[in-house]
Parts: sequence; structure tokens; C-alpha cells
Amino acid sequence: MTDEYKLHISKRFNRDLVALVNQLLQMGGLVEQQLKIATDALLNSDTELAKEAKVLEDKVDEFDVMLGESCTHMLVLRQPAASDLRMTLAINKCVSDLERIGDEANKIASMAITLAAEEESTDGYVEVRHISQQVMSMLHDVLNAFTRQDVSMALAVKSRDEQVDMEYRSAMRTLITFMMEEPRKISRVLNIIWVLRALERIGDHACNIAEQVVYMVEGSDIRHATKEEIKALFNQLSDTDIKPE
Amino acid sequence: MIQMNVKKAVQEAPTRTKLKVENLGFYYDNFQALHDINLELAENRVTAFIGASGCGKSTLLRTFNRIYSLYPEQRATGQILLDGENILDKKQDINRLRAKVGIVFQKPTPFPMSIFDNVAYGVRLYEKLPRGILEERVEEALRKAALWDEVKDILKQSGTQLSGGQQQRLCIARALAVEPDVLLLDEPTSALDPISTLRIEELIDDLKERLTILIVTHNMQQAARISDDTVFMHQGRVVEKAPTNILFTNPENKQTEDYITGRYG
Repeated sequence: MTDEYKLHISKRFNRDLVALVNQLLQMGGLVEQQLKIATDALLNSDTELAKEAKVLEDKVDEFDVMLGESCTHMLVLRQPAASDLRMTLAINKCVSDLERIGDEANKIASMAITLAAEEESTDGYVEVRHISQQVMSMLHDVLNAFTRQDVSMALAVKSRDEQVDMEYRSAMRTLITFMMEEPRKISRVLNIIWVLRALERIGDHACNIAEQVVYMVEGSDIRHATKEEIKALFNQLSDTDIKPE
Repeated sequence: MIQMNVKKAVQEAPTRTKLKVENLGFYYDNFQALHDINLELAENRVTAFIGASGCGKSTLLRTFNRIYSLYPEQRATGQILLDGENILDKKQDINRLRAKVGIVFQKPTPFPMSIFDNVAYGVRLYEKLPRGILEERVEEALRKAALWDEVKDILKQSGTQLSGGQQQRLCIARALAVEPDVLLLDEPTSALDPISTLRIEELIDDLKERLTILIVTHNMQQAARISDDTVFMHQGRVVEKAPTNILFTNPENKQTEDYITGRYG
């Protein structure tokens, strides 16, 4: 159904829907940027960069409010049906997830400032770098899946979340070991744990967006479906799209 | 169990089939307006027929009480089974059929007579009732049509003096007075203001407990609001029939999708 939403008889309806989609993608781009800056700031102990990420937070919030209004207008004035309705509802939910990702990125930026003010130590940074790269690519891909209305791409993002969760748990174990070995580092390591937790949450939000892409395109609600159910639902998609655990 | 796919959503417990349409064709002289219609319509449900002008939805509705029989050049082929009985059969008693299947048109059509007589008219055609019982029947019909409170003191006034919305409810009362099983509504609210429209929609919801209702409407929000099932028609054919909530959120057919979302078809 790519670009089908631009084919309404009412040109204003087309314009409104296109504007809605574009606003969401702009917001997505902004959140991606915010997350990248916050993580770089943390890994490079760059306080100035962290402050930039926090500035972006206000812009993300503006988009949150603006898109909420646009969705309401769409529902009230256009009474969309079928795929248009699903798109509007999906956008409304994706906006919340993007806003939360923005919040998490903001937390990472705050931690970056705190950690930069403390002593030099890079315990846990390897894990942060690794997991942040994974969730950033998930976020990037899920926004692409939204743009292309690509269900298999969205499902692939969803399946990658398990990997992130696994690495999060493994990173936790490593950090707990650090704390046991050097109790004076506990406060610093705890801050790293908060960062990892934020990244793990971002992965979950990217998953939620993936689920909305599936809902928007197929009309199927897979939010609480098991992997087998999803597979059964999309058995036309090749097995490589849904990677095994 | 979680509903994963609305396309597979479990339908409500199946009710008895009231009307079964089999291979129905319809001709205005040489022009074929309906092609090979096959449908099953359940009892005590509201079924909405939607589609662009000229798609055959009104024609289809009008076959259900054979109102077309007034015009010799119009004819139907195939079968329509009402409670298992083919109403297109030549042996079908048309008067009895029309007592069982009432119709209300787009424009209110009150007869130029009193409100009471408007409602009593149909009853008198079919039954010879003592005055007292006839009065009860008229009151009951007016109550069912949600008009009683507004007209109970002016029953002798002409029906044509009522407002458009009241006139339409009067016509519904007239149809209900003969105690039909099926009520056909051909765009019953397209000439009414929003408040009168809401009253009629409320009424339809109350009436479906006792009746099977078929409604043709151009207003898709209306179809979505009041019907249990929706049939989308295009160029004399049924394109898709589905429970209304599914048809309006996730239709299976591309043509249906294009129509309800207002795209170039």
C-alpha cells in the first residue's frame, strides 16, 4: 500500500495525511539524532555535546504535541476509514514511543554530564557502545520500515529485540561483577546501569513502533502474539525475516 | 485468547438466516442492473448496503418486497428466500409479502390524511380490527417509532403538517403497524437534519430486537454507526460483505478499501 494514501479524491485529505507522515518522520529523525548525540557525549565524556542532546528534547516534545493535535484533527475532520484510520491510529501511538525514546535519550545525556564530572573510568562503556549501536540501528530500520510500509522489515526489527535483551542481561552480570570487585565504584557503575536500562527501553519502544507498522499495513494486532503466532500469520514471509532466537 | 488478526475476528454467534438471495439478477427492460447476487442476511441484525450511485443497492433493496412489480418492464431472475420461501415465485401473494416486508423511502411520504389514519391505513388493508384494538395498534406503532409523545394530542391533524423528521418516523410507524418481519430503509435520513437523523438511528437500534433491518445509505459514518453487517456493492455486484467493524477497519477487497477511504476507484 506504499503511497496509496496519496490517492484520495480530496486533495486536502492527501495533503493532511502526507503532512502527518512527514511530521512523524521528522520527529523520528530528530530522536535518532538526539540518541546518537547523547550516547557519543557519554562515551567521549563530552559535557557540551550532552547539553546539545538536552536542547533537542524540547523540540521532540514540540513534535509530540503537534502530532497529537494533527492526529486529533485527522480523526475529527476527516473520519478516516480502513488503512487511513489504521495509519492515523498507528502514527498516534508511534508518536508516544518516539517521545519516550527522546526521554530515555535525555536521561542518557544527563548521565553523560554526571559521569563526565567524575573520575576517569571506562568500566561498562564497551557494553554501552555495543548495545547503543544495536538499538540505534533498530530505531533507524523501524523508521525506514514505517516509511516503506514494509512488514518484513518491521518484523525483523522486532526479532532483534531479543538479542538486545540478552546482551542487556549479560552486561548486567558484568557490571555486578565490577561492583563486587570494587565497591568504591558502585555509584559510578550504577549510573552506567541506568544508561543500559535506558537503551534497553529504547529497544522496546522501537519494537512497539514495529508492531504499529504491522498494524498499519496488515490490520493485524501482534502486540501480544507469540513468535509462533506471528509466524503463522505471516507464513508468506520467508523464514529469514523472522530470525530464530 | 488475544485477537491477533481482525480479519479473522470471531463473528458474533450466528443467528438464523432471514433472507437468502441466490443468483439474483435484475433487469430494467434490457439493462441488467444486478448480476448474480448471492447473500445471506441474518435475522435481527441491521445490514447496511453501501456503494456509489447506480451500483444497484436500491434496486436490490426493492426486490425484497417486489415493489418493482408495479412496473411491467422490470423483472428479477434467481431466488430470494424469505424464511425459506421464494418470494420471487409467481404464486407469491404480493400483499402478504408487503405486510411482512415493510419499506420506508428517502423522502417522507405521509398520506394526505390524519396522523392516526396514516398509521391505521396499512392495518385496515390487511385486518379488520375493532376500533379499540386498532387504536392500541396505532399507539404501539407510534411508540415503537418514537413519535407517540410528540403526536399523542394531535392524532387528528394531517400527517403532512409534521416536520420532515416526524414525517419520516410517521412512515416508519406506518410500516411497523402491520407488524412486519423485515424493514427496508432506502436512505431514510438523507433528507433529515442531524438530530432527526440521530432519533431514527436510535430507533433502528431499538427495532432490530424485533425485526431484520436492511438499510441503503450514502452516509458511510451512518452505516458504520448503525449496522451489524455491511455489504459493499459496485456496478450491480456484491464486492464484499463483512461485519461492519471489520469492513471499516480492515476490508479485504481493494475496491472496498478505495471506496470507503475516498480514493480514485
